Amino acid sequence: MRLYDVEISSRLLLGTAQYPSPLVLTDAIAASGCGVITVSLRRETANGGGGNGFWPLLQATGAHILPNTAGCHSAREAITTAQMAREVFGTNWIKLEVIGNADTLQPDPFALVEAARVLCADGFAVFPYTTEDLIVAERLLDAGCRVLMPWGAPIGSGRGLRHVDALTAMRGHFNGVPLIIDAGIGAPSQAAQAMEMGFDAVLLNTAVAKAGDPVAMAQAFGQAVAAGRLAFEAGLMPPRDMAVPSTPVLGMADLGLGGVR
Amino acid sequence: MRIDLNGIPTEVAAANLGDALMALGYGSTALATALNGVFIPAAGRATTLLHEGDRVEVLAPMQGG
Repeated sequence: MRLYDVEISSRLLLGTAQYPSPLVLTDAIAASGCGVITVSLRRETANGGGGNGFWPLLQATGAHILPNTAGCHSAREAITTAQMAREVFGTNWIKLEVIGNADTLQPDPFALVEAARVLCADGFAVFPYTTEDLIVAERLLDAGCRVLMPWGAPIGSGRGLRHVDALTAMRGHFNGVPLIIDAGIGAPSQAAQAMEMGFDAVLLNTAVAKAGDPVAMAQAFGQAVAAGRLAFEAGLMPPRDMAVPSTPVLGMADLGLGGVR
Repeated sequence: MRIDLNGIPTEVAAANLGDALMALGYGSTALATALNGVFIPAAGRATTLLHEGDRVEVLAPMQGG
């Protein structure tokens, strides 16, 4: 999979927040086989708190770093945060989040497009967290985005793909554009579903971090994403309205015992 | 002068952002700064003058989703 001209080995992208310990986090990253991990920026205390101890651990994983603008509620806020992230993390990749509502954490599509336009023009490789709205997606591509990240369900909800029809339409409409389902995935089966639908990758965090055994769950997600992708490439059978016997009927014995055929 | 540092009123004597961070104990290189909502690159901190009431944000890498 190529994202902004970078070859990524795994179609699972993993968030790094909410894990019970740094060791569980790094073990989960390794077990998932993910190729990209997301990070953020937060206020640092004067004596150097925990942030800078955390960063070398993630660098050592070898995964590509995707900083986010989580928590930003305006285009300006997101733009400044992206600029700060580019310097600290040494990458022009940015997961662009501009939140429109504090309760639903729904993207603000207007501010998102505005920020994407500024950041793309400034040389960023923008990964916009968006909805399944096709027109917003068009505008994001017009702004210079070469990857789109529609939500599956609200962030942290674990509800899976809430609007399957709309996501199917989006996949069909943007053939050739890398589409990553970002947010709302709660179970490996939901990740596999997204991959079977032809989405290029899945980004999740809470489902692994808050699992009973995050390392095992990370491995389960890695396998589900790989299986879903393989199934998509293999070509799923078309659904049928009626039952069709899989065992041949021709040549079946007539035992004269009253079976109705 | 008094500035707002990560949301906390803070007294600083230094005239520029670079010296202020040094005096406040920010030693790490993995920091990003903004002044009044505008990104200030590391190379520009020493030439960025501070004024009474300035809002300074100092951010570091953190876990994220």
